[in-house]
Amino acid sequence: MTELSDVYIVGAGETKFGELWERSLRELAVEAGLRAVENAGVYSRDVQVLYGSNSLAGIINGQENIGALLSDFSGIAENNIPAIRIEASTASGGAAVRQAYLAVKSGEYDLVMVGGVEKMTDVFGTELIDLTSSVLDREWEAFFGATPAALAAISARKYMADFNVEKDALAMMSVNDHANASKNPDAQYKNKITLEQALNSVAVAEPLNMMDCSPVGDGAAAVLVASENYVKKHKLEGVKILSSADAQDYLALHSRKSLYTLDSAKVASRKALEGAKIKIDDVSFAEIHDSYSIYGLMELEDLGFAQKGKAKDLVYEDIKLNGRIPINPSGGLKAKGNPLGATGVGQFVEAYRQLKGKAGERQVKDSKYAMLHNMGGTGSMSVVHIVGGE
Amino acid sequence: MGEVSRFWRESVHRYRLVAHKCGNCQRTYFPPRDVCPICHRESVGKMKEVEMSGKGVIESFTVVHEVPSPFVRQRPYILAIVKLDEGPSLTAQIVDADPGEVEIGKRVSAVFRKIAQQGSAGIIQYGYKFILD
Ligand SMILES: [Zn+2]
Repeated sequence: MTELSDVYIVGAGETKFGELWERSLRELAVEAGLRAVENAGVYSRDVQVLYGSNSLAGIINGQENIGALLSDFSGIAENNIPAIRIEASTASGGAAVRQAYLAVKSGEYDLVMVGGVEKMTDVFGTELIDLTSSVLDREWEAFFGATPAALAAISARKYMADFNVEKDALAMMSVNDHANASKNPDAQYKNKITLEQALNSVAVAEPLNMMDCSPVGDGAAAVLVASENYVKKHKLEGVKILSSADAQDYLALHSRKSLYTLDSAKVASRKALEGAKIKIDDVSFAEIHDSYSIYGLMELEDLGFAQKGKAKDLVYEDIKLNGRIPINPSGGLKAKGNPLGATGVGQFVEAYRQLKGKAGERQVKDSKYAMLHNMGGTGSMSVVHIVGGE
Repeated sequence: MGEVSRFWRESVHRYRLVAHKCGNCQRTYFPPRDVCPICHRESVGKMKEVEMSGKGVIESFTVVHEVPSPFVRQRPYILAIVKLDEGPSLTAQIVDADPGEVEIGKRVSAVFRKIAQQGSAGIIQYGYKFILD
């Protein structure tokens, strides 16, 4: 039995997120992978396994067998390096990094590449809404007209009614995301928005409007995950993955105990904090899966930053870049962007840069521990990692 | 073809609101499921079909403006999660009502309606929607 290894991120890279009409799925993935390899100062042929994260290429791009595609065009099929796609809906990225973490921790591999990619703009409009609704229960939710935005809206209305929360509080999540994204060169949107603008955009699914919803976009992100031995041998300066946890809930929102409690986030964050041997108050900043503004509030609560119904007390000041608990310094899903399979890996790119003090204008001061939360569907899965610590 | 059989398979449950009741703990599940999440192995073979009344309460709702392709002709529509009197909740449209009339907590009843045109074959699918009592 080999000894369990500590696990480090030793390199990270990503493409710009956005509507990248001229770029293909494979081009985006290769660009992010090469940036990560260059950033780490390793050679791609040294990678022992590739985990590719992707959510919907099968139905959006008509391309399955993503592992082989990524391995082939990143040039490592020549070296017969195994490559597997990890699919966990919109949590694919976090799930793929977790597989890398487990593989390195177990002692099986010393260097693993995780590459997340999504190419959404090959389809648009009502057609794309139908395809993205496949992360729901097709036969018992989407069949009746449910979409991801509609179910988030159903959660939002109930939440606002039960806790007497005004729409302003939701909109502040988006205002914060845009403010941070304005300092992130990789972000899809670099414009700041006002509360007024957030509140007055066009309705998507009431009470949510366009500024409550993460955009459609393309992008790729990659990280290299390495063992303690590898880091020492090659004198690399990694950022430690202190803990990794995931948890599941019912697929359909209507089957869960509450319309606004994310049990998957609760369980995964508790396990991740225990694994890292830290308390929620020790977390320096968090990247959270706010694909819809309401999820930002629900997650602040279920990850442990606020009591249920009280996230409204954090969203006006505390979550700002220089606030008590900075949320989404990257710009989050609303403004950095949400290219599904890339989103969760992109959170690690941000954490790596932040914890190495290389986040430029959006650098969080004195950051030690990052919490990263990636969520599948309407909360059917959460993956939580704690990164940093040294 | 696949699209047709995929949606046809569950049509009995959709047409008559047939749930599964666990013979071990007596909980009712809709959509129907073959394993009770509470009783696990003890429920196998004991999940009995029961028809529900179609009466319930609106837990929450939305008015959907950005719609998926099969629902373009219905835009905008009201989508709700309804808690049925027998216990389970489901996702369905509220019809024959103005959005202004719909409220959390209002009682509703199931009606049998056209749901959408699904897939490239344009198959018209039927199932439950709800109207205000
Ligand atoms: Zn049971």
